[in-house]
This record gives sequence, structure tokens and C-alpha cells, in this order.
Amino acid sequence: MLKAHFKKKLPSFELEVDVSISNGILALVGHSGAGKTTILQCVAGLQTPSWGEITISNKAVFSSELGTNVPIRKRRIGYLFQDYALFPHMTVEKNVLYGKPKKGNASEKVLTAGDVLEMLKIGHLRNRYPSQISGGEKQRVALARALMTEPELLLLDEPLSALDQNTRSTLQQELLKLQAQWKIPFVLVTHDLQEAEMLGNQIIKIDHGQQEIIKEQVEHEKLELVRGLNNAR
Amino acid sequence: MPIILSLKVALAAVIIVTCFSIPIAGLMARREFWGKDVVESIITLPLVLPPSVIGFMLLVVFGKNGPLGVFLEQFFHTRVVFTIEGAVIAAVVVSFPLMYQSVRVAMENVDQNLEKAARTLGAREVRVFFTITLPLAWNGIIAGLVLAFARSLGEFGATLMIAGNIPGRTQTMPLAIYFANESGDMRTASILVIIMTAFSFLVIYGLNRWGKGKRRDARGGGTNA
Repeated sequence: MLKAHFKKKLPSFELEVDVSISNGILALVGHSGAGKTTILQCVAGLQTPSWGEITISNKAVFSSELGTNVPIRKRRIGYLFQDYALFPHMTVEKNVLYGKPKKGNASEKVLTAGDVLEMLKIGHLRNRYPSQISGGEKQRVALARALMTEPELLLLDEPLSALDQNTRSTLQQELLKLQAQWKIPFVLVTHDLQEAEMLGNQIIKIDHGQQEIIKEQVEHEKLELVRGLNNAR
Repeated sequence: MPIILSLKVALAAVIIVTCFSIPIAGLMARREFWGKDVVESIITLPLVLPPSVIGFMLLVVFGKNGPLGVFLEQFFHTRVVFTIEGAVIAAVVVSFPLMYQSVRVAMENVDQNLEKAARTLGAREVRVFFTITLPLAWNGIIAGLVLAFARSLGEFGATLMIAGNIPGRTQTMPLAIYFANESGDMRTASILVIIMTAFSFLVIYGLNRWGKGKRRDARGGGTNA
């Protein structure tokens, strides 16, 4: 669950956002330079808003009123960078294990790298380095690495923009599946309205820091049904 | 043996320089603070100052009546003027800017998105530094090590002023060569020059080879898919 209502002063305009999503995918669309990535970075804690409040799973991670600003590492978010940001000096497996939480309680179910790698169909790449795999594979590794931290919210910054059309469609389907499986909200930034329409339960257009709701939050199950009908046709 | 003494001085200097330059370069590459430009200029100053100026300054600071000289005498009953420690201090001061510059530039070139990614994966700053920034700045660290070692090995002017030329105690290779030549002992000078050249070549060659292997690891094993 994400609730974010904040302002952030940027060099040429002031960004103002008021969004919330409990489950499903919130798509943020807009031209480059509209402030979409800044929104993700503020939610992640990579940038600090000038005013407002951000709540993740009912915990305030930022509040200008209360003076709260939880450090990035404690926000329990997964972040997918546009250029994947895989560590070039580590193998796929080491990349994926980098953020694995240390569990204190032995009885808790521990997610293994194997589970996540298999889920994303990249088990065979575990000993390769990022320079030895393709763009689509890099994206899956980045996804696996983010999910390994067991986040409560996944932020995706133009995750598919650098991929060819085929890989893109496959990964779009997989993102939908992953979201349904993990049941955490995804916030997806894209400049492609079609992609936003295909993936988003809720679509918000950002233009010069102002938001315009294009699609109100659609209940997850209802959307699944519509997608199912569309696929059946 | 001057060569053993030179080696001891250069090794000690490189270890000290490495310990200090990496954290300082990390700080200067990633943090903004008031007076940063002044600090930067002071750190780089020994690079442009003549060795005699550095030697003079070291004598003023570490001499019998200098602030650090008095401190060391009072609390540790030791002095550094005309000792091997003095030679190490001279080598540290002249080689520090070389190591610092290479490491800082290499750290600035590390993609900040990788560091941000590590933070989103729950890493604290210390872990980000040791697992991401440092391994990816490896090129610069090796280059800095080579430069600092070479500079320490060849240090002459400042060493002569603070450590003197005491055979067996503070007479390093460059000093031994200079004074052998001065006294007309060309045979000793030639032998020392050959040893120094061959030895320097081997050290630099070895360090470069070692650095190449490490660089391959940092790039991630080699070829593209």
C-alpha cells in the first residue's frame, strides 16, 4: 500500500503529486522531463520532497510535518533502474543475493536465490556476469534482485524502454503475472501510453509536474477478468 | 644496503598513503562541504612544490623546535629528523597527492546509479563503499599504487633534507647514487643505477600485471554475450 502526497521543487517547475495504490499497478505516463522519475526517487528516498507525506504499508517514510525521513535501506522498496544498474563485477547470482535480508528467525520461510531465479526463468544464467547476458535477461536479473529483498512496494523506472518489441511483450505479460503472484503494489513509469493502458490498473499522466488522472483505480480482480476476456478473443 | 632501505621506505610509505588516501578520496568524490576547494588544494600542493620546499617545511614542523617535533620528543621520546621514519614521512608527503588523485577520479567515475541500487537493496554506506565503489574504482587504485610506489622509491630532495644521508640508516638508493657520483666512484654509481632501473621495472611490471587481472574481475569476466 502506497500513499504519497507531496511537492518537490525542480529547476523549472514544482512537482505536485497525490497518488495512492493498495494493490495492482499504478502507471505514471508523461514525456521525458515531466517529473516521473523524480516521483519514484522521492518515494524510494533517493530524493527528498520539499513538502508532504509518503506512507508505505501504513508507515510514514517521509513527513515534512513530523520531520520523518526514513533512510532508503529501511523503506522496504524494490527499485528497477532504467539502465538496470546491475553490478558489473558480480555474477548474476551474487547480484540477486546482494539484498537478501538476514532472517533472525529460523522458522520464517526464507526465499532462496534459486526460487527467484527459477521464477524468472534465469536459473541457467547464475554464473554469468551482466556483460555476458542480453538486455531482456538483464531486466529479469534486476527484477529478481529487487524481489529478493521481499519489498512491500516495487518501483519500476521505464523498465522496458530499452528492449525490442518481442522481449517487451513477453516481459509485459510477466510483469502482470509477477504482480498477481506477489500481491504488492507496483509503480511503473513509462512514456508509452499503450504500455500504461496494458499494464496499469490506475493511470496518471504527469505533465510539467501536474498530474491528470487518466484511469481511476480499477479493482484488481475486475481488471484481471477484462484482461482474461481480451486474451480469450 | 641502500636498495633494502629504499624498499622499506617505499613500502611503508605506500601502505600509509593507501590507508589515508582511499577514505579521503571517497569523501572528496562524494561529499560536498564548505571549504572543499581549499582542502583539495592543500592535498595537491606537494605535487607542484619543489622537493626542497617540502623538505624545509617538514624540518620546520618535525624539527627540534617544530610543533610535531616537540610533541614526539615529549610524549614518545623519539624524533624523526635524520631517521628512516623521516624518510618515510617525506615519501608519504610527496606520493600522497598522486595516489589521492588517481583514486578520486576513479571513484568519481563509478556510476552513481550502482551505488543507489545498492542502497535500495538495503546496504549501509560502508557496505556500498566496500562492495561497489571500491571494487569498481580498482583501476585507479592500481594506477595510484604504481605512481605512489615509484615516487617514493625515487624521492630525493625532501628525504635528503629531513633524513640526511647516513649510510646504513637513511641512505636510500637515489642518495647513494648521487653521493657515489659526487665522490667520483662511478663504478658504484653505475651498479646502483642498473639495480635501481631493473628493480623499478620489475616492480612496475608486476603491479601492472596484477592490476590487469583485478581489472578483468571488476569488468565481470570478459566478453560480451
